[in-house]
Amino acid sequence: MAKLTSLFVILLSFFCISEAVFEDQVGKFDWRQQYVGKTLFAHFESNTQSSKKMFVATDKNIFASFNSRTGDLLWRHVDKTGPEGTIDILLLHGQDGRLLRSWDTNIGGLNWEVVLDTGSFQAACFVAIQDTVKLVAVLKKAAISLHYLSNGHQKWVENLPDSDAVQYQAVYSGGEEEVYVLGVVPNSHLTIIAYMDFFSFKSCEYLPVLVSSQPHPARSPLSEFFLQLGPDHHVLLQLNADGYTIAPLRDFQPAFLVSFATTGKKTVAAVMTPKNETVSRHRACAINLFSVDSGRRLLDTTVLFPLEPNGGKPHMLYVHAFLKKDDSVGYRVLVQTQDHALTFIQQPGRVVWTREEALADVVTMEMVDLPLTGTQAELEGEFGKKADGLFPMVLKRLSSQVTLLQAWLAHLWKLFYEARKPRSQVKNEVTIETLSRDEFNLQKMMVMVTASGKLFGIDSKSGSILWKHYLENVQPNAAFKLIVQRTTAHFPHPPQCTLLIKDKDTGLATLHVFNPIFGRKSHIALPALPRPILQSLLLPVIDQDYAKVLLLVDDQYKVTAFPSTKNVLQQLQEMASSIFFYLIRSEHGNLSGFRLRKDLSTERIWEVVLPTEVQKIVAVKGKRPNEHVHSQGRVMGDRSVLYKYLNPNLLAVVTESTDAHPERAFVGVFLVDGVTGRIIHEAVQRKARGPVHFVHSENWVVYEYWNTKSRRNEFSVLELFEGTELYNSTVFSSLDRPHLPQVLQQTYIFPSPITTMEATLTEKGITSRHLLVGLPSGAILSLPKMFLDPRRPEVVTEHSREENLIPYAPEMPIRTEWFINYNQTVARVKGIYTAPSGLESTCLVVAYGLDIYQTRVYPSKQFDVLKDDYDYVLISSVLFALFFATMISKRLAQVKLLNRAWR
Amino acid sequence: MASVSRSFLLLSIIPTILILCADFACCNTGRKTGDGLDTDFSGFSVPLEHSFEVDDVSRFRMRGALQLRGGRETSVSLSQSQLSEEDRNNLKEVAAVDGLYKIRVPRVSLTDRQTERQMDGYLTAFVRACSLVESHLSDVITLHTDVSGYLIGVSIVTIPGACRGTEVEDEVDLEAFNTTLTIIPPTNAPQPETALFIERMDIEHEKRGKPQEQKSFFAKYWMYIVPLVLFLMMSGAQDQSGVGAANGGGR
Repeated sequence: MAKLTSLFVILLSFFCISEAVFEDQVGKFDWRQQYVGKTLFAHFESNTQSSKKMFVATDKNIFASFNSRTGDLLWRHVDKTGPEGTIDILLLHGQDGRLLRSWDTNIGGLNWEVVLDTGSFQAACFVAIQDTVKLVAVLKKAAISLHYLSNGHQKWVENLPDSDAVQYQAVYSGGEEEVYVLGVVPNSHLTIIAYMDFFSFKSCEYLPVLVSSQPHPARSPLSEFFLQLGPDHHVLLQLNADGYTIAPLRDFQPAFLVSFATTGKKTVAAVMTPKNETVSRHRACAINLFSVDSGRRLLDTTVLFPLEPNGGKPHMLYVHAFLKKDDSVGYRVLVQTQDHALTFIQQPGRVVWTREEALADVVTMEMVDLPLTGTQAELEGEFGKKADGLFPMVLKRLSSQVTLLQAWLAHLWKLFYEARKPRSQVKNEVTIETLSRDEFNLQKMMVMVTASGKLFGIDSKSGSILWKHYLENVQPNAAFKLIVQRTTAHFPHPPQCTLLIKDKDTGLATLHVFNPIFGRKSHIALPALPRPILQSLLLPVIDQDYAKVLLLVDDQYKVTAFPSTKNVLQQLQEMASSIFFYLIRSEHGNLSGFRLRKDLSTERIWEVVLPTEVQKIVAVKGKRPNEHVHSQGRVMGDRSVLYKYLNPNLLAVVTESTDAHPERAFVGVFLVDGVTGRIIHEAVQRKARGPVHFVHSENWVVYEYWNTKSRRNEFSVLELFEGTELYNSTVFSSLDRPHLPQVLQQTYIFPSPITTMEATLTEKGITSRHLLVGLPSGAILSLPKMFLDPRRPEVVTEHSREENLIPYAPEMPIRTEWFINYNQTVARVKGIYTAPSGLESTCLVVAYGLDIYQTRVYPSKQFDVLKDDYDYVLISSVLFALFFATMISKRLAQVKLLNRAWR
Repeated sequence: MASVSRSFLLLSIIPTILILCADFACCNTGRKTGDGLDTDFSGFSVPLEHSFEVDDVSRFRMRGALQLRGGRETSVSLSQSQLSEEDRNNLKEVAAVDGLYKIRVPRVSLTDRQTERQMDGYLTAFVRACSLVESHLSDVITLHTDVSGYLIGVSIVTIPGACRGTEVEDEVDLEAFNTTLTIIPPTNAPQPETALFIERMDIEHEKRGKPQEQKSFFAKYWMYIVPLVLFLMMSGAQDQSGVGAANGGGR
């Protein structure tokens, strides 16, 4: 009987947490955007006006096809990360580093794949025999090979002579089955030196770049080619028929980008030049077509390319030329800008579509509440102002009530007006002007920082990009930290975000302060940061404008405050002795704590050193500052309370052993108090190695590692409890907690590797927690924390059943209904961001990697929301029926009483 | 760097100070008291230094000597002298301005032989001076080691830990430390308990599964199945005979 009840408890617990999306809910609360990354190669399918397909290969090892009319992704192949999957060149058929692959352009299916010999890749081209392409020539550093295009088999391979001295750079074929390999001997500069005699170089350091074109593989390459002499200087040259002399056709200066395009028999050159429009503030570029044979400009071929005020400069130009009906040349242009955006332009300058490929590499993000609507803000403002007498206050209240009434009437009128229109015409376009907070704060602004240095503001409900801002002078290896200094709650002060950009090599940092709702840079005086920054910390101290104070610690342990007004400095001086911070230098294994002095210098107060010969610090995580814990303890089966050890200053430090031998490797988990430097707990997971993913929240740490002995992934959970009595229940102070907490730990087998992990977060912390686990398959698993509970009993007892503890099972289940993104997989998940919403039951989740996926999760189901299919008709009809029944029975009872009285 | 060189100076005068020991605190990992058998690992001593200054600039002075014993049973004991009159007054002054009382020990390894025991650098920890005064110098010092026996951290807390502002009148209370000393090696994190789970599952299977497995489905329910089959056969034979009639009747 006891067994049966325990089984029942398990079933019940499964039932409570099982959740899945119904078919009609697909896409209702969630959206996904797919990206490919920075384009390296782009090709258009065919040279007719009606062709729709284009192909790109990107730096993320992705080969994809777009619809050139809409910019939608037709298909996409995500290759291995790292150098193994790098795409060296994209002919009309794609080729990967050591693998030569042929793709079907219609559906993106793989035709064949061949493994090439090792050797660094140089060039490749098609070889044609009698006007049909039959072979692919691949040039490596020391060999050339020929493959059949139909099945990929190798026809022949030849070693190149003198491959040590000669740098072979290009391969051409002239229409017969002959392949020409072009080699350059360093220091003699075969071809380039010949041109040098014709032109005087302006900048000698600039390496001239050759841009040439071979219109059709079956014919010899064009005799005309471009030579780039400077960043904005190109020259069109022609190789004369004798093959020895070169004549200049036209000098283009200034010209950013040049490109060739061929249609039918005609070959044209497209040249992008800057356009000086001093009247309008927007900069623009003009693209013109030139005849290759003569160098003359073709009439009516100008396309204007508008440069966005906060965008990047053009970087690459791909031209799709075609013959119009009247035999003139028409064309469309694909422009790639430095911020990885792709823009497709049609004559005479209409932007057909834009793809923001920078979003394929999101580094960090934050979610910011949207501002209130104007009327709501006015009401809020009323309370903010100073009271000036009773009568004016009443007047003010009345006037604001009137404005509210007006707004409500206008809203009603709008509803009525729109109800008459057919549904298709009503568009709820989200623009920056119409942005306002919804009832439950479910719609937020996602501020995303990408590796290219472009910032995006995305509406979390629809996924539309509301603003973008490109930071031009960001180093490619910069580290970003996004800090929300002022939230939207302080009307009329605008919200304020600060992006700390740190150069990884020099450590020098710059700040970019902006309004997260509109993306505009704010004109606040920024502090000068001449020294490398070691640490930044956001204090709960606010200045008179309600902005939280950011402290930046430089390498001499001096502190800079931002904003650094008098008010702030005064507050800092008062609080200095209670401001502690920690620094971690993982290369020395050193953790040290500091205290602020009144003169904003610091003193070192504690130091913990983990010898680097034994283990190295991999990651350190504190708790999230906006996390709330609702219950202080857990009620146990015997009605006593086990209090949680809720130390807000606790740091989880994860180390890995330097010894990689599977028997001796270990993963260390240290829990260190960030104020006193006290090691609260120190655990060693033997026979384990990384990568370690971990989450630190409330009173628990969950980490995942690779067990080298059993060759499997394992999850371990640590929970800290103070015991059955609280030491000081009113306030927590790290300086006054002499007793170490009790630590419970349990380990489970997880049947899949993971890529990232995060915990759900809700407004008040009442809802039970789930772990969101990103799997390499692209699925996001919502794993209830209930399963990761070190108090899960091995033997079921009366008490554990009372507490609803699931009996211990060594293997963690993966249920497909726990995948919150059903079939919307997120390729290469890099991070998961969670944010609370206004509803306690609901947590907003954004998963980013190559794709971006946004959804809502309800860890304890929607206990505070009525269901979509809630039967309003039934409940109201029952209510009315009961109401009328009471009325009638009352009447009947009255009549009966009266009759009885008469009797 | 200046403090480091000074500490090396202090190191050289340890032997002379050791003689002064008056107070003694001892502990081990708690499993077993170190019996005289493992003479193999002769203990060695490192200085425990403390600093309390009104201006919060660290000036470390000798507080006592930690007697460390490595090997299988790591144990540690502390011999320390009493606080001098000057130190007592100084500590009280520091407590009055809410200054810090810091301690430090050099980084050492418990397992390595004498050759490379000492590494450069110190492990530091602190406690508020007022709480030390109010607890009448009763402090708990914990040393943490890593898997290979290096000291990685030290911590100090006082019991009670709060500063309530109570005056300590009696000078005698501030003379001698009442120190509890522990050394904590890392705990081994548990592995998944597969063996126990499988054992439990087997027992459950045995309990529940045996009587059921012996009887097959048919053996168990033959009394229901046979009449059902019989009935079906009978009714099927009837149907076949009455098919034509039924069809005709249906029209």
